[in-house]
Amino acid sequence: MYIIVVGGGRLGYNLLKALLNEGHEVLVLEKDARICKTITDELGSVCFRGDGCEAATLAEVGTGRADMLVAVTGDDEDNLVSCQVAKHKHNVPRTIARIRNPQNSALFKKLGVDVTVSSTDLILEAIEREVPTHTVTQLLTIEDKGLVIVDAKVNTESTTVGKAIKELVLPKESKLVLIIPGQGNAHVPTANTVLLAGDQIIAITTPDSKEALRAALGGV
Amino acid sequence: MKILIMGCGRVGARLASMLDKDGHEVTIMDIDTYSFRRLPPSFGGTALFGNGIDQEALKKAGIEGVDIFIAVTQGDNRNVMACQIAKHVFNVPRVICRLYDPLREEMYAALGLETISPTKIFAQLLKEKIEG
Repeated sequence: MYIIVVGGGRLGYNLLKALLNEGHEVLVLEKDARICKTITDELGSVCFRGDGCEAATLAEVGTGRADMLVAVTGDDEDNLVSCQVAKHKHNVPRTIARIRNPQNSALFKKLGVDVTVSSTDLILEAIEREVPTHTVTQLLTIEDKGLVIVDAKVNTESTTVGKAIKELVLPKESKLVLIIPGQGNAHVPTANTVLLAGDQIIAITTPDSKEALRAALGGV
Repeated sequence: MKILIMGCGRVGARLASMLDKDGHEVTIMDIDTYSFRRLPPSFGGTALFGNGIDQEALKKAGIEGVDIFIAVTQGDNRNVMACQIAKHVFNVPRVICRLYDPLREEMYAALGLETISPTKIFAQLLKEKIEG
């Protein structure tokens, strides 16, 4: 695949390395001459100095035949424009934008960006997962379906310890998918599965029902 | 008319004060309050600190009730993003976007934004002056 990466910062640089390792044809667009030189010195001629928001620059690097454009500069507005120019001027089939303001996710999709990745959200989720008091943490967002996959922990204080799944009143859109017990193998829960302290429950729900699910699972 | 201007540079400040004089209800926003020094003491509108590519800030600036939104910051990309928010999220009836880059201007005009490229206009103006 031919992939264009806009922005040669830490994220762009590491992405470039990973994609090159996978055997893709990759080119980074970077405005800063110094950064460009560092990348070229280390990885060869895979960096082009120029503004990834300019249609002319994108034309020069053959964006017309690119399979994908990934915009990972530190500014949401620059990433948006890069993706829009790639899409509308050069018909790139897939555009991905990094966003810092999570609010921009819905906006960017509306404006034609195929995928957005919010660094802020990812870091928040990672930290939440490490906070032991959080009984329900979000693992994954399935944006097009409006669903989230969460991880709920059953601890000794949970009101659901010793209860069977069929006794629980779960929010409508929620389903328990997998139970990972403190000891033993993970299993798919049935109506008669009894919850024990130390169980980890992987569940699917909607963002709005997350709190209700936490309550239903006896979270504190 | 209710008008919201993003960017209190030379153009933004001048436009705000002219529209204010004509009796329009003008709000101007900028990410640097120092920019508001450009507004004349007679300016009767609202000067507001805030970033026009932030939907919350736009709401605070009253974008939901405005007739026109104008983006005249130094950054083309900021202008174009703010204008698309105004048009597609807040359904502002009229949105005007300044874009220095003529290529970007053409593309966003084709996508339905009302755009002005000072680069194009000024170069043309100079050419006419020179060639008569």
